[in-house]
Amino acid sequence: MIRESVCPAMWRRPMWRRRAVVLVPFALMGVLTACGSADQTGPASLSAPASSGTDTDGGSITVFAAASLEESFTELADRFEETRPGTVVTLNVAGSSDLATQISEGAPADVFASADEATMERIAATDLLDGEPVTFATNTLQLAVPPDNPADITSLADAARPGIRTVVCAAQVPCGAAAERVAEAAGVELSPVSEESSVTDVLGKISSGEADAGLVYVTDVRAAGDAVEGIAVPEAADVVNTYPIAALTDSEAAETAHAFVDFVTSADGRTVLEAAGFGAP
Amino acid sequence: MELTAARLPRWIVAIAVLGGLFVVLPLVAMALRVDWPQFIPLVTSESARSALLLSLRTSLTATALCVLFGVPMALVLARTAFRGQRVLRSLVLLPLVLPPVVGGIALLYTFGRRGLLGGTLEALGIEIAFSTTAVVLSQAFVALPFLVLSLEGALRTVGTRYEAVGATLGASRWTVLRRITVPLVLPALISGAVLSFARALGEFGATLTFAGSLQGTTRTLPLEIYLQRETDPDAAVALSLILVVVAIAVVGGAHRVRPIGGSGPPGTVARPVRSTKDAR
Amino acid sequence: MPLRFAATLAQRRFDVRFELAAGETLAVLGPNGAGKSTLLALLAGLLTPTWGRAELDGAVLFDVGERGSVLTEPRERGISLLAQEALLFPHLSALENVAFGPRSRGVHRVSARATALAWLDRVGVPELAGRRPAQLSGGQAQRVALARALAADPALLLLDEPLAALDVGVAPAMRLLLRDVLRERTAVIVTHDPLDAFLLADRVLVLEDGRIVESGATAEVLTRPVTAFGARLAGLNLVPGRRTRAGFTGRNGLEVPLADAVPVGAVPVGASMALAVRPAAVGVSLSARAAPESGQGPHSGADPDSEFGPGSASHSASHSTSDSARLAATIDDVEHRGDVVRVHAAGLAADVAPADVVALGLVPGLPVVLTMRHSDVVVYPTPLPDQDADPDGR
Repeated sequence: MIRESVCPAMWRRPMWRRRAVVLVPFALMGVLTACGSADQTGPASLSAPASSGTDTDGGSITVFAAASLEESFTELADRFEETRPGTVVTLNVAGSSDLATQISEGAPADVFASADEATMERIAATDLLDGEPVTFATNTLQLAVPPDNPADITSLADAARPGIRTVVCAAQVPCGAAAERVAEAAGVELSPVSEESSVTDVLGKISSGEADAGLVYVTDVRAAGDAVEGIAVPEAADVVNTYPIAALTDSEAAETAHAFVDFVTSADGRTVLEAAGFGAP
Repeated sequence: MELTAARLPRWIVAIAVLGGLFVVLPLVAMALRVDWPQFIPLVTSESARSALLLSLRTSLTATALCVLFGVPMALVLARTAFRGQRVLRSLVLLPLVLPPVVGGIALLYTFGRRGLLGGTLEALGIEIAFSTTAVVLSQAFVALPFLVLSLEGALRTVGTRYEAVGATLGASRWTVLRRITVPLVLPALISGAVLSFARALGEFGATLTFAGSLQGTTRTLPLEIYLQRETDPDAAVALSLILVVVAIAVVGGAHRVRPIGGSGPPGTVARPVRSTKDAR
Repeated sequence: MPLRFAATLAQRRFDVRFELAAGETLAVLGPNGAGKSTLLALLAGLLTPTWGRAELDGAVLFDVGERGSVLTEPRERGISLLAQEALLFPHLSALENVAFGPRSRGVHRVSARATALAWLDRVGVPELAGRRPAQLSGGQAQRVALARALAADPALLLLDEPLAALDVGVAPAMRLLLRDVLRERTAVIVTHDPLDAFLLADRVLVLEDGRIVESGATAEVLTRPVTAFGARLAGLNLVPGRRTRAGFTGRNGLEVPLADAVPVGAVPVGASMALAVRPAAVGVSLSARAAPESGQGPHSGADPDSEFGPGSASHSASHSTSDSARLAATIDDVEHRGDVVRVHAAGLAADVAPADVVALGLVPGLPVVLTMRHSDVVVYPTPLPDQDADPDGR
């Protein structure tokens, strides 16, 4: 059972995936707190009814996962729950740095899966990690073009041609930093028409045909389906983005949290992640 | 002020104070988080200055567009009657309630390369995507209803009687508009323009969706704040404060604009005095 | 005729036609909703008729018919409007307000201001030139508004209850000013006040439900009303009736020998006529039927002293049957009206001194006798046989 609370937000907000039989008033409260208040209080009021509404003791966990993991982690959580009847996994999906901020501000998370190592290190530095982070997946960049590839892009060099509208992530976000390194490795000087703050925004510009090309992750191209076309970039192979996962010290269900981390890094977990386009660690 | 408060039930005042705190407290909380020793360097960084200047420039242009198109729109809505006027008014005001992202998507499908007008514009050599023009269009789109709404309300309040008098005195339609209608609603026009400016300044969603984000071209202050938040929360907070200060200055300035005749004849001053006596 | 007007406005059930000679002032009277303001709006060009034609000094104001329509814009009609409220432009000074008309017609700023100052002087408030409308009293504002209307040099001046919003103390002076400026000027004034009509208008037009019910010279309409409304305006009792062999017989039974009242032998028996009499000229005395209960009370109907009315003291002796009319009636209502009490009976109103009301014990339901001298009543033929706003014959 999956419950979603969708916030009417201009700023992107974490999306809560609830996997619990939740009393309606508490669910409403969850929506209110998730949408309206600071992050410190939101998850706190959410997790309490989530656990009390089930008949297992301490078997429920909240997983904070990077946005690019949303689909694969929804699948993983489902499978994990099947192997451990009574266990409930609640997913909180947002940008890695948003999640890190929430965790360091005291949001009750049991597991954190980041889209980059730097962000995980920020949490590690505050002694909130229960054990060492484990790399469970990798991701590389790919060129995304509109379905009919109107500008005939075949390589990164094409994307740097004058008159071609290329869109990348801003250097401040992980996919932008990666794009810079790929361009550097390829010896190509990109002059993007826009430096977006998220992969979603890059994909949006490409799928709408505004931009001719953009650099996004392989998994993003795959998740976008027919909206964009992916073109492999050989130079991107060297710029690997690694996804670390770790249990957190504040967890009240440490055993389940570690079990979930183990499950994600297991062969079963690998299958799910590979299906989404993630590379092996 | 005290008298007015005294006449209200205390619990109403209490709730009002609570509501006020709800608005003010987050701003205070944000100000407390500002890294004051680093404040000046943070807000004067090249990217910050560029974003602020771009924001001011685009918002002013958007406001000018709002006035240019909004005044005739308000006049048509307030002074004419035709079939479908109600529907038209609702549509014009739609951006007020529409999530800005939706506005951005709508603009994309209109002015984008593959949009309704995109092909025509491209043939004319006009490229809107990823340009400052796109930012201005996004801002004008979301800000226009503020001007139309406040001006139309003022026009309806003022009524057509002064205009009718002007016409019987031999004034042409243009003279009536220029010498009577516009001066009468000038305070509303100014406050509407200021509101539009403030809305344009804060515009984020439509810009992000439609215009993109490139320093100096399309990355306005809200986009810069959103981006800085990823790596440099201190800079984001400092810039947010700048935006809040500009917004307060602008909105505060708008409220100082008084309606014509507000200075008041002795008669209108006497009225509150009388009601004070009544209260005793 | 400089002004010819005929217009129908279907949705307001308005259908009026009239003509006005140069220099004449027409007073338009009528109850609320009768179409008075519609008439002005049609003239000023603020409303369009469904059918009609109007001309002012030979120029067409509007001509709407089956063949199409000609509508002259308000500004080109040469018609100024002075409304109940001054409606001075709040953002302009008094002088700028008055100069607005000349300026709009292309007069140079300097000479427009000179004209404006002259008009402010004409209406007696040159010292207010620099004031803003918010700093003017109601009377001052209305004077400035009059100056503004006149400064536009209109061929026709429209006045929409120009005194209605003024304080009682200010209205008389303004009325005199209007009387002064309306002399020799073609104007239409809408008013509720018959005094305005008497003092300002040469002719009167009474509207009811969008139609003219009475029209004519002011003195004529206000002394010989043919409708209840006209009579009320004129402050007269109106008794509709017919020419009978005896003379005039009202619907309420009042009989007046015609030879005494009016020299109208030409009116055939059976023709409809009306009688008008001032309430002050109607006396009230107790009828014989009222007396028995108090036995030989002091106010028996036979006693000439028991007959009261404001003028009764001097007339009581001469109120014999030979020169006065009598009518037995029952009091319907008694109302205070300033320093007199108005007694309503048999569709007539009689003004009686309060002391006499007390002395006679006049209360609704009391049978009385109404008396009036033949010399105080006016009997005249009415143009429309069944034209009567009061079907009860009251």
